[in-house]
Amino acid sequence: MAVTKEDAWGVQARSQTTGSTHDENELRVAGFWVFLATDMILFACLFATYIVLRGNTDGGPGPRQLFDVTGFTEETFILLTSSFTCGLATHVMHEGRRRALVLWLSVTALLGLLFVGLEVSEFVRDVSVSATISRSGFLSGFFTLVGTHGCHVSLGILWMGSILFQVMRQGITPAIARKLTIVGLYWHFLDVVWVFLFTVVYLMGVM
Amino acid sequence: MSSHAATHGGHQESGNGHGGGFTPVERRFPWLHVVGYVLSLLLTVLAFLAVLHHWLSGNPLVTVIMVLAVLQIVVQLFFFMHFTEGHGPKYHILALGFALFFTVAFVGGSIWIMSFGDTQAY
Amino acid sequence: MLPHYWPTLVTGDPLIYGADASIGLVSIAIVFVLTYYKKWGWLWREWLTTVDHKKIGILYLIAALLMLFRGGVDALLMRTQLSRPNLHFLAADHYDQIFTTHGTIMILFVAMPLIFAMFNIVVPLQIGARDVAYPYLNAISFWMFFFGALLLNISFVIGGSPDAGWVSYAPLTENQFDHGPGENFYIMALQITGIGSMATGINFIITILRMRAPGMTLMRMPLFTWSALAASIVVIYAFPALTVALGLLLIDRVAGAHFFSMDHGGNPMMYANLFWIWGHPEVYIVILPAFGVLNEVFPAFSGKRIFGYSTMVASFMAITILSFLLWAHHFFTMGAGPGVNAFFALASMAIGIPTGVKVFNWMFTMYRGRVRMPMPMRWAVGFIPNFVVGGATGVMLATAPGDYQYHNSYFLIAHFHQVLIGGTIYGMFAGMYFWWPKMFGFLLEERIGRLAFWLWNVGFYVTFFPQYLLGLMGMTRRIYTYPAGMGWSSLNLLSTVGAVIMGLGFLFIVWNILYSVMHRSELRDVTGDPWNARSLEWSLPSPAPHYNFAVIPTITRRDEWWEIKKYGRTEDYRPQPGEIQDIHMPNNSGRPFLFSVAFFVVGLGFVFEWYAVVILGFAGVLAIMLHRSQEVDDGHQIPADEIRHEEIALGRL
Ligand code: HEM
Ligand SMILES: [Cu+2]
Repeated sequence: MAVTKEDAWGVQARSQTTGSTHDENELRVAGFWVFLATDMILFACLFATYIVLRGNTDGGPGPRQLFDVTGFTEETFILLTSSFTCGLATHVMHEGRRRALVLWLSVTALLGLLFVGLEVSEFVRDVSVSATISRSGFLSGFFTLVGTHGCHVSLGILWMGSILFQVMRQGITPAIARKLTIVGLYWHFLDVVWVFLFTVVYLMGVM
Repeated sequence: MSSHAATHGGHQESGNGHGGGFTPVERRFPWLHVVGYVLSLLLTVLAFLAVLHHWLSGNPLVTVIMVLAVLQIVVQLFFFMHFTEGHGPKYHILALGFALFFTVAFVGGSIWIMSFGDTQAY
Repeated sequence: MLPHYWPTLVTGDPLIYGADASIGLVSIAIVFVLTYYKKWGWLWREWLTTVDHKKIGILYLIAALLMLFRGGVDALLMRTQLSRPNLHFLAADHYDQIFTTHGTIMILFVAMPLIFAMFNIVVPLQIGARDVAYPYLNAISFWMFFFGALLLNISFVIGGSPDAGWVSYAPLTENQFDHGPGENFYIMALQITGIGSMATGINFIITILRMRAPGMTLMRMPLFTWSALAASIVVIYAFPALTVALGLLLIDRVAGAHFFSMDHGGNPMMYANLFWIWGHPEVYIVILPAFGVLNEVFPAFSGKRIFGYSTMVASFMAITILSFLLWAHHFFTMGAGPGVNAFFALASMAIGIPTGVKVFNWMFTMYRGRVRMPMPMRWAVGFIPNFVVGGATGVMLATAPGDYQYHNSYFLIAHFHQVLIGGTIYGMFAGMYFWWPKMFGFLLEERIGRLAFWLWNVGFYVTFFPQYLLGLMGMTRRIYTYPAGMGWSSLNLLSTVGAVIMGLGFLFIVWNILYSVMHRSELRDVTGDPWNARSLEWSLPSPAPHYNFAVIPTITRRDEWWEIKKYGRTEDYRPQPGEIQDIHMPNNSGRPFLFSVAFFVVGLGFVFEWYAVVILGFAGVLAIMLHRSQEVDDGHQIPADEIRHEEIALGRL
């Protein structure tokens, strides 16, 4: 017979004595993990390209001239904090606390916006000293790798916005719990990618 | 035929009643998240200081900050993404394990292959 | 505002105007027929919005056959041009465009949809599921593939086709050397289908891992399903590399970046590196399902179970992983040094081992079996010598020092056609003949089929064996003509004759299909199990009802259906009226189609660098995604009564 229980992913799951059971929501979370694996390979290829092209500055500005230590440190702490608040959002979602959920989700999205804003201003500053994407192989790799991450974050913000809207309209339903779980995984994943950007691009750039 | 699964998904139990079917868990303090957050800050600060204060240099430094970055993955996976939790078969661990393996293969392989000649061989 | 490519849109070339006119006429004819017979609604309801895996599989199959025709015409044009020395049937730039679209279409828009057709048609039925894990996403995958293919195909008539080979190597494809929309068409077409392929990969991994009928453990799974799992795994880890390679190339072309340029610190070989990180696994993506088909066909027509089931599984998994560690064998001549070349040469040879194991297992499956030779088995048996030669020449190519001689010669061309046609296409044709009754409820006629097979098989050897020799005699690939007196002329002529015979073979397959459609009442499969085969899909009527299984069976062993038949229990295997319950099915949706149209618009925008169109397209994509996210879609229930009626009508209750 079917037993309903809730698992740690906040998804209603059904276990049955006869195998072959899958809850639609849980199935989608599983698929999203696989998607994250593909996204990881995408970033792997971008990292590989960046590393291969890193020394090719063609006489133009290199990492040492461009990277601003306070800037990327701020970005790092902002993103780490947003990963935490995103975790809190899923936590309060499990507890069924809608208002706290709206709060933490908004904080996460705002921190994300701040992050994207800082990144954009960094890019603008670089471009203003003629460090553009077409200046050198190094800069092509840099803008594309960091920019792809930034685009992912921006998409995540839009996605959270859409979910916020749904939470306010429908409250916490199993479907919304699933969507939140997924966007949460996505967000933490982007945090991990950033940690590598921070390490490989920025820290190794200025060391 | 002895038994069967009657529905396409588990909709009858959980899917149909949107708005219904969600059972909140008991309230508790999010210790796991707080510990995870503190750890992630700590790891970042360590990497940061190691580089800016030149605790090491060259390859040893690279190794140390890469190890710190890998620990960050562990923190995110276990404290925030609840990587090993959840019921059902844990195929996602396999999926990410493969992804990690191929990431290393593609990045390492590319660096190895492309290190021929000088950095600029043309 | 006219695009700055305007001059290339109006080429004044009669070939292109001819194509323009004929495409226009065919489109008008299609619109007319649909309108005249009032079929628009039917088309939309039954096909464009479907999320049924069986119908999506059929769509893939039709698209693949159409694309095979287009790619085949390209091939015949090339062979005509090369039939004699110093011919001027095609100009050099046309020849370049044609070999580029030929290769791209054959791999991305023939081989890929063929394997996805088989996945869709077979996998859910083999594992006892009612659909794939994400039916809606499945429809998106198909339409992304479809519009990607469309984008590449319209390039010939508007703006010019890509002309830098199916690998599209930089720096040749950098803007300064290859200005114009052609390469952009290539990039965007592949990006769009690539998204679809990745989605299919995820979909089938989850379907196979999570949707199996109760009792069907991994080691009870039919081997075709195993091959689908293996290929899907390769898809999801390989395609992102293609996305990156093409994405960076696009950025170089439209934003003036220097990833792969010759100057300003770009590195052209990095393109080759990224391309083959995808490219080598890709060739395994298209061969693994062919292995899978053979694993079903040989036991079915030998009346024996597969020889060495677990070694087959192990070799699938070994190939899956190894296929990612070989990519540099495609550019040994770059000169990465002895360490790199030795590693990739050895790894390439190593993959011959699990592949060889399979060949032996198939032969041992036939050994002492009651071998029957209907059409599927013919293609399967034809596969073996082909693939053995292809594999052997592969190992020759993988010998790094040897490759300095063979590389980019006709020897290489012969190698990969041997494995792609003799391997993938033969395997997929075996699958098509095998599962055709399951798709449509009638068999393909044997006599014409046999003729088609022999034309194809003879034509194949006549086309490609001379090419090995030509390669050894120094003829390089991608030359549009050659002088007399090289000693190449007669072998080239022979190869062209072979190509014509293969072309005839293709026409016979088309005739085979049309003939069988017209005589379908005589060829009807009333048993649901016309081949006396082994796996679960044959326990269902042909074609399978839209809900697949009225009652999901419980699996107790490998080759369940075969065992059931052996013990004469097929009657009990039918659904009992009392067991039938409401069935939950996903809803159709027009959104996947519109979503892909929006991506097509994005693609067109990038091709001509009209950024307003790009933004418009992306706005469409986003709007459709938001619309979907706000929707509460739980599918629908088919009442138990309706299913009982349907099963009675099928004579199963
Ligand atoms: C025993 C297994 C195989 C080995 C050792 C092998 C080895 C190779 C090597 C070394 C090359 C590069 C040669 C050069 O560019 O000089 C090559 C090219 C190629 N192989 Fe294979 N191969 C094998 C099986 C396959 C299979 C199963 C397929 C596809 C179904 C395939 C498709 C191709 C294609 C398409 C190319 C040429 C790509 C291009 O340059 O346009 N190979 N193979
Ligand atoms: Cu290869």
